[in-house]
Amino acid sequence: MSGEQAKLSRKDFVSDQDVRWCPGCGDYAILAQVQRVMPELNIPRENIVFVSGIGCSSRFPYYMNTYGFHSIHGRATAIASGLKLSRPELSVWVVTGDGDGLSIGGNHLIHLLRRNLDINILLFNNEIYGLTKGQYSPTSRIGLITKSSPLGVADHPFDTVSLALGADATFVARTVDTETRHLQEMLRRAVAHKGTSFIEILQNCPIFNDGAFEDVSGKGSRIQNQLVLEHGQPLLFGSEDARMGVALGKDMSPQVVSMDSTPEEEVLLHDETNEALGFFLSRLERPEFPVPLGVIRAMDRPIYEKEVAAQAERALSDMGQPDFNKLFTGGDTWTVE
Amino acid sequence: MAEVPSETTVREKPVEQVDAVVIRFAGDSGDGMQLTGTQFTNESAIAGNDIATLPDYPAEIRAPAGTLAGVSGFQVNFSQARVFTPGDRPDVLVVMNPAAFSVNIADLRDGGILVADSDAFTLSNIRKAGMDGDPLADASLTKRVRVFAVPLTRMTTDSIKDMGLPNKTMVRCKNFFALGLCSWMFNRPIEQTLTWIGAKFAKSPALVEANTRVFKAGWNFGETTEVFVHTYEVKPADIEPGTYTNMTGNRALALGLMAAASKAGKSMFFGSYPITPASDILHELAAHKNFDVTTFQAEDEIAAVCAAIGASFGGALGVTASSGPGIALKGEAIGLAVMTELPLVIVNVQRGGPSTGLPTKTEQADLMQALYGRNGESPLAIVAPATPVECFDMAFEAVHVALKYMVPVMILSDGYLANGAQPWKIPDYDELPDISVRYWKGDLGFHPYLRNEDTLARPWVIPGTPGFEHRIGGLEKDYDSGDISYDPVNHERMTRVRAEKIERVNEDLDPPRVEGSELGELLMVGWGSTYGALAQATEELNAEGLATGHLHLRWLNPLPVEELKRIFARYKTIVVPELNMGQLVRILRERLLVDAIPVSRVQGQPFKVGELKARVKAIVEEGR
Ligand SMILES: Cc1ncc(C[n+]2csc(CCOP(=O)(O)OP(=O)(O)O)c2C)c(N)n1
Ligand code: SF4
Ligand SMILES: [Mg+2]
Repeated sequence: MSGEQAKLSRKDFVSDQDVRWCPGCGDYAILAQVQRVMPELNIPRENIVFVSGIGCSSRFPYYMNTYGFHSIHGRATAIASGLKLSRPELSVWVVTGDGDGLSIGGNHLIHLLRRNLDINILLFNNEIYGLTKGQYSPTSRIGLITKSSPLGVADHPFDTVSLALGADATFVARTVDTETRHLQEMLRRAVAHKGTSFIEILQNCPIFNDGAFEDVSGKGSRIQNQLVLEHGQPLLFGSEDARMGVALGKDMSPQVVSMDSTPEEEVLLHDETNEALGFFLSRLERPEFPVPLGVIRAMDRPIYEKEVAAQAERALSDMGQPDFNKLFTGGDTWTVE
Repeated sequence: MAEVPSETTVREKPVEQVDAVVIRFAGDSGDGMQLTGTQFTNESAIAGNDIATLPDYPAEIRAPAGTLAGVSGFQVNFSQARVFTPGDRPDVLVVMNPAAFSVNIADLRDGGILVADSDAFTLSNIRKAGMDGDPLADASLTKRVRVFAVPLTRMTTDSIKDMGLPNKTMVRCKNFFALGLCSWMFNRPIEQTLTWIGAKFAKSPALVEANTRVFKAGWNFGETTEVFVHTYEVKPADIEPGTYTNMTGNRALALGLMAAASKAGKSMFFGSYPITPASDILHELAAHKNFDVTTFQAEDEIAAVCAAIGASFGGALGVTASSGPGIALKGEAIGLAVMTELPLVIVNVQRGGPSTGLPTKTEQADLMQALYGRNGESPLAIVAPATPVECFDMAFEAVHVALKYMVPVMILSDGYLANGAQPWKIPDYDELPDISVRYWKGDLGFHPYLRNEDTLARPWVIPGTPGFEHRIGGLEKDYDSGDISYDPVNHERMTRVRAEKIERVNEDLDPPRVEGSELGELLMVGWGSTYGALAQATEELNAEGLATGHLHLRWLNPLPVEELKRIFARYKTIVVPELNMGQLVRILRERLLVDAIPVSRVQGQPFKVGELKARVKAIVEEGR
C-alpha cells in the first residue's frame, strides 16, 4: 500500500507488465521520465489515473503502477473528462498519439482544451501511425512516403501546438523524447498548471518514421534547431559562437537574426501569457526557423469541473437538500380517495 | 362517446353522460396546441378520469404558417374506465386553420364534433392547405359530422381589445379560447388552469390577464350562446387510491434514474448530446443538480457515452441517452463497457429510421441494433418500458441490474412513450428498495476480474483506493489474473462469462405474465409502447369471443426462454405486433422455434386498435 507518499520512488510506479514497445522506441524514454517525476509530485499513487486511447503510445497505462484505463481509439480525452468531472480530486492523465488525439479523437481533444478541465495530456507525436504499422498521420509532413502514401503524403499536416492554441488551451508545451531533463521539467510544469495541460512530445518511431525529429534531437543539429523558451527571456538559440535570435520584422513576420550584429533588445522576449506571441511561435516553420520547445502558453481560466461543482453547490443552496417526495409531488397533483 | 343528439334549440343546457371521449386539438405549430392539449389533459386528470395522450408535432419547429407541414396536434382520451391508448379516432376535433382541418378531418369519427376557427378559413389559407372553396360549408361534411364554425380569432381579440396589446399578441391568445370552450363543453374543473396561467405567464401580468380573459370568454361563449346545446360529462374512473400527477415517459425515466442512483448510494453522471425525442431527459436532469446529478452536454454522442464510462470507472453511475442515430455512434464505446464490465445505462428513445428518418415520430425498429449493433460477441441487457409511467420502474430496474452485474443495460423507450402522458401514482421514495451493492469482501485476494460467484460481477474497485491500483481496458483479459491475454481458450471463456452474466439477470426478473385469456386461440406478444393498443385489443377480442392472451415482455435480453415456451404452448396462434418490420418475432422464432407471425406497422404512429384487431383476426381465420 502507498499512503506515505514521501517514500515513493520511481520503482513504485513501474507495473509488473512487460513493456512491449520496439527496441529504440522513443516511448521508453517518455515512460522513464514520467515514472521518475511521479514520486516528486506528492500525489498518493492511488489518486493517479492514466487514461489512453489506442496506439503504441496508448499502451502506456499498462506500464504505470497506478490506476489506468486503456480505452478505445480517440476517446481517452472524453473518458478522462467524465472521470475528472465526477472525481475532481484525482490526478488524471491522458496519453495519446498523433493519430489517436488529432485524427479520430480530434474533436474530443479540442473540446477538452476549450473546457479546461484540470487534466494533463501527453501527446506522443511520431508523425506516423505506429500500431497499425506505418500509415501517415495528420502530422506527417507533405511528401512523406509511407505504406499508405507510396507517392508521398498530399495532406497538409496540423501543427499540434497551433491546433491546441487555436482550441484555447490554457497550457501548451512542446518537448522531445530524448531531452530527459526538459521533458521532466515540462511534466512538472504541467502538473503545477491548474487547467488542461497539453504537452506535445516529439517521439521517434525508429521502425516506421525514423529520424523524423533528427533536426531537434540529433547530436550535431539540435543546438541550431532548438529554440528553448523561457518565460521573460529572449528568444535565442544556436551555439555559443553562433548565437541567433528571433525578432519581429517590420512587416510583422518572424526573422532570424545573428546576435553578432543585433542588439539583444531587438530580439523578442518570451511571454507565456501572451496569446499572440504563442501563436507566432507555433507558426515558425522549419527549416527556416528553429523548433520552439518549452511552455508556449500558460494562462489562467476558470476550471470546468470547479464551475460545475459550484453550480451543484448553488443548486443545493437555492433548491435545498434532495427530497424525492417533494420532487415527485412538485407538479400538479390530485388525490383519488 | 354517444351519438351527438340532433335537437337544436334548447334553452337550458343539459349534461349528457358519456363513458369516454377522445379529443384532438390541431393547429399551426405556432398556435400552442401542445400547451392546450396538455392543460386539457391536466384538467381531465383532476376530474378523476383515466387518460392517455398522443402529442403529434412536426419535425420543423416553425414550418411556414398555415401549411400542411406545419400542423401540430395533441390527442387525449379521457374515460371513466381504464384507458389503454389515446384512441384511434377522435370524437371531437378542434382545428385552428384549414391546414389542420385538411390533415385531420378524415380521422374524425362519423357523428363526431368539429370545432373550427372560422376566422382562419380565409380564401388564401384554404388555398395554402390545398383546397378550394370553404370546406366547412361542404354538404358531405355537415352530413357526416356536426360542424361548429366559431369566429374564434375575432372573439379572442374582442375580449381583450381594451388592453392595448398589439394585434399579434392578442391573436396568439386564441388557443385559450379553444381551451375555455372545451373545458366548458366537458365540464372540466378550471381552477387549476387559472392558477397555471398565473404561474406560466408570471413574468408578464398583461399576458396573465389577457389569457385569463380569453379563457373565460371561451367558457362563457359555450355557456351563453345558442350554438351549443348541451355539455358532456365523463365520470371519474375507478382508479386505485393515491396521489397522482401527470407523467411523461421522458420525465419518468429521468426521475427513475435519479431515484435509483440515490437508492444505490451513487452519484449519477449523465452524458448526452441533444437529439429528438431524447433531449427532454437531459433537460429534466439538468434541472436537478441538487440531487447529486451531474449533466454533461458533450460534443457528440461518442463523447457523451465515453464520459459516462469514465464516470463509471470513477465510481459514479454513468448514464447516457440518445435516439437511434446517436446510439449508432455510441456502439463502439458500449462494447468497451461490455469488455471492461463497467455499469452503464444507455437510453434509446427510438424514432423512425433509418438515418435521420422521422425524428418526431415513433417506431420500434432499434431492437436488433440494441441486441446486435456492436462488433464482436457483445451482449447487452435490454429492457423496454410498456407505458410512460413504467419508464420510472424500468429505469430503476435497469440501474439495479447494471450495478449488480457490472454490465451496460439499454433501455428502449420511444417517441410515443417519451412524450405521451399518463397519470402516475406517486410512489413514496422511502418505500423504494435499497439497491446498493457490495461486490467483494476484500479477503480473497484481488485482481480486477475476480468474480462474484452468484452474479459473476467483477469487483468495482475505484481509483483512490490505496493498494489496489490496476488497469482495465478494451483488450481481452485473462480470467485468472485480469492481465491482457490473447489466449484462444481464455477468450472463449471470457466471451461465455460475459454472456452468462446477462443470462443470470433472469433470476432477478418477474416471471412473464399473461393478461386476458390464460389459454386459447390467440396470444399477442408485444414489447414497449404498443402495450396500450395490445391490451385494448385483447379486451375487445375476448369480449367478442376470441380467447386471446396478451404477453408483454419488459426485458428483451435475457429472455425467460423456458417459461415462454410453456406459455406459448397454450395457444393456437402466436402473433407479434410491432412497429417495425418484424424484429422481436425473429428473436422468438429463433430462440423458441415457434411459428410466431409478425404484424408490422412502420408509419411513425402507434397501432390503431381497430386495425390491429382486424389484422390479427385475419391471421387467426387463416390458421383455422
Ligand atoms: C475505431 C478504430 N479505428 C482504427 C483502429 C486502428 N488503429 C489503432 S491505433 C491507430 C493509429 C495509431 O496512431 P497513433 O495514435 O499516432 O499512435 P502510435 O501507434 O503512433 O503511438 C489505428 C488507426 C482502431 N483501433 N479503432
Ligand atoms: S512501431 Fe514505432 S511507435 Fe510503435 S512501438 Fe514500435 S517504434 Fe514505437
Ligand atoms: Mg503516432
